[in-house]
Amino acid sequence: MLAIIIASAPLGFSNTYFYDVGVNAMFNAIVCVGLNLLIGYAGQISLGHAGFFALGAYGSAILTVTYGVPPIVAMLLSAAVVGLLAFVVGRPILKLKGHYLAMATLGIGIIIHIVLKTESKITGGPDGMSLDNFSMLGFTIMGDRMWYWVSGVLLVLTVWLALNLIDSPVGRALRAVHGSEVGAEVVGVDTSSYKVLVFVVSAVFASIVGSLFAHKNGFITPDIGSFFHSVELVTMVVLGGMASIFGALIGAVILTLLPQILAAVEQYEAMILGAIMMGTMIFMPKGLLPSIVSSVKRLGGGR
Amino acid sequence: MFAAFLQYLFSGLTSGAIYALAGLGFAIIYNSSQVINFAQGEFIMIGGMSSATLVASGVPMPLAISLAMLISMAAGIALEKFAIEPARNSDVVTIIIITIGASIFMRGAAQLIWDKEFHSLPAFSGESPIAVMGATLMPQSLWVFAVSGVVIVALWWFFNRTMFGKAMLGTSHNRLAAQLVGVGVKKVLLASFALSALLGAVGGIVVTPITFTNYEAGIMLGLKGFSAAVLGGLGNGGGAIVGGLIVGIAEALASGYLSSAYKDAIAFVIILFVLFFMPNGLFGKRGTDRV
Amino acid sequence: MSLLKVESLSKEFGGVHAVENLTFSVEAGHIHSIIGPNGAGKTTLFNLITGVYTPSSGRVLFQDRLVSGMKPYELAAMGMSRTFQNLQIFFNMKAIENVMVGSHLHLDRRFLPSLLRLPTVTRKDRECRASCAGLMEFVGLNKYLDADAASMPYGALKRLEIARALAAKPKILLLDEPAAGLNATESREIDEVIKRVAASGITVVLVEHDMKMVMGISDQITALDYGRKLAEGTPAEVRENPDVVNAYLGAHA
Repeated sequence: MLAIIIASAPLGFSNTYFYDVGVNAMFNAIVCVGLNLLIGYAGQISLGHAGFFALGAYGSAILTVTYGVPPIVAMLLSAAVVGLLAFVVGRPILKLKGHYLAMATLGIGIIIHIVLKTESKITGGPDGMSLDNFSMLGFTIMGDRMWYWVSGVLLVLTVWLALNLIDSPVGRALRAVHGSEVGAEVVGVDTSSYKVLVFVVSAVFASIVGSLFAHKNGFITPDIGSFFHSVELVTMVVLGGMASIFGALIGAVILTLLPQILAAVEQYEAMILGAIMMGTMIFMPKGLLPSIVSSVKRLGGGR
Repeated sequence: MFAAFLQYLFSGLTSGAIYALAGLGFAIIYNSSQVINFAQGEFIMIGGMSSATLVASGVPMPLAISLAMLISMAAGIALEKFAIEPARNSDVVTIIIITIGASIFMRGAAQLIWDKEFHSLPAFSGESPIAVMGATLMPQSLWVFAVSGVVIVALWWFFNRTMFGKAMLGTSHNRLAAQLVGVGVKKVLLASFALSALLGAVGGIVVTPITFTNYEAGIMLGLKGFSAAVLGGLGNGGGAIVGGLIVGIAEALASGYLSSAYKDAIAFVIILFVLFFMPNGLFGKRGTDRV
Repeated sequence: MSLLKVESLSKEFGGVHAVENLTFSVEAGHIHSIIGPNGAGKTTLFNLITGVYTPSSGRVLFQDRLVSGMKPYELAAMGMSRTFQNLQIFFNMKAIENVMVGSHLHLDRRFLPSLLRLPTVTRKDRECRASCAGLMEFVGLNKYLDADAASMPYGALKRLEIARALAAKPKILLLDEPAAGLNATESREIDEVIKRVAASGITVVLVEHDMKMVMGISDQITALDYGRKLAEGTPAEVRENPDVVNAYLGAHA
């Protein structure tokens, strides 16, 4: 069904600007589906995922531009490094709970952001870095239309993988970690390993999308790794609905479109965005999709 | 050598004092509601911005400062009443998003009410530096130390010597007991937000002559305050003060001896390092989960 | 043969002994009950045996292997499973998924096959779902096969924990107050379930306040008071023991 929506959406696109926004929405959606595995399903939190996204982007930029590595290799290599980094920091960090975990992940994100900003010899500093199109086997992804289809296919693939995962032994173990860690431990779930696993998976998702984003945009600045971007990603997940793959997707789409719409009322953009974040969370604490689903059930079922 | 060190120490203590006040703000709200208020930094910004603009428009300094504190407290009370209170029983993540939403909202409002420029406040008692063993100390820094000291002593008195303060502390340990002595949880919550906003405003006001302020100034200050609170152990007031000073001094030393570009990173490096070994901060309660 | 041996086990919390120098053993195939007044250290003892807490001193042997200091999931892999006095249900999941997590150790837990939904994973998952439904019936939860755990009543959740623990195919099952908070009918049903579990060859260690149940189904009883062993023996022996009557039964009589 998702494939149909993605395929039919362009019918309403009158110019490439729509494709551009569409690609960004789907990129965010892929990151959020990954992040939702961590936040919604395994019940952990990360306020630093933009850092992993930025590392993916800069990894690709540095490897392709400075070292002439083919884009696909650069992307996979960056993802591997980010995965390794997430694995190394994940072990000690994920022992923390609640606000301490929020603090630690926030710290990691900010440190990555500052490093990218400061090491200007490698990253170009605050001025950013340019890079080329994504090409592979003599085929180059160019233009917003082509990126739209590529990201559409990737999004469908991601959703399929995520749906597979949550309904598998691994996915149930992850959700059990959320439900009760000690309850999961006594039936043989090594909870700390599973937390690290999902942290790594979500970081790798973010890194790969970061790489793609860099190639698509052709230009990146350290601010893609800022605290605000991390918050944006978490907000997409929570706003759309934690522990709901499609919720995360909807959250990503809404929060990508919103600033585009609010750009019309430029001055009030931040205030309206803040008010929407607060309002949704106050009145629909479970997020948009789960709240809507349950109220539809209540109306329709009448049980 | 020593003069340079002393110089860094002075600047570290100055910012450390502000972080400590922000950290105390986090601790007070956390104690009464288990909420981490990511909008704490905005209180600092509101205090600084409103006092600066009021003075600039000709309001006498003492009056401007009092008004700024009131405005900040009003913002704190409004935040509690309209955003936190209705979401009392939500998940941690949900409340985090609400307070972040609130901070974005307040920043947006500040940008609209004021502008995106930097604002300053005249120093309270002149700008002639004081020489101390080869280092120089700005009189305003003395104001920062003195005001923070007074605020901390006043808080100590409030929480240990007044009925209401004791009840507020009591609420964090035992909700029922607090109700028994006639203190409503709602009132405590409201008071904790007002008090934290006041602390933020005081910090923002005294530091504005040194650092200047703009609508975005609250972001980093808030995060540093959060680091201070976590470093000391969430909910531990004394810990937040020590945490704030550690963060401030470490930052100043790092930017002096290592690299000023990494000044903002150092707080987080320390935090990560401490949390790796002490998952509940330096002075946090080491609870065993009951199952 | 002793399946589980506890040797001079102690646990202190800030200078207070929750369990002090406790020694006893559990015979394979028995229903072994631990009794004692509130605060006698029964739950602490369970937490020590199952690896939730680390002992201050002393040791625990399971199948003659030293297990104190091991993690709960490692003990689960050796065949030890438990339920909790304060429910540790996965409220974010369906009832049957709770039980399926119980069979975690017996499924294909590799990441990639799970991610790609390989046939090997799905086939085993289907079998697992069927056998877990069987376990739910075994503990009398037939009508909750499709329910969300969050929508189930307290009594049913107690049994759900038993089903989850059984799904791990344990050799020994530790039940922490399975009948607490249940009415008389529900207690009797739990009683039946425990007997059937024992009959299937699983050793049961039981902490319970319901004396009628304990006296009725136990092969062996250890009575605790203030973390120390007060008495042990068959139900008949323990019932006659003057210390036990004083410290525990007396208070109820």
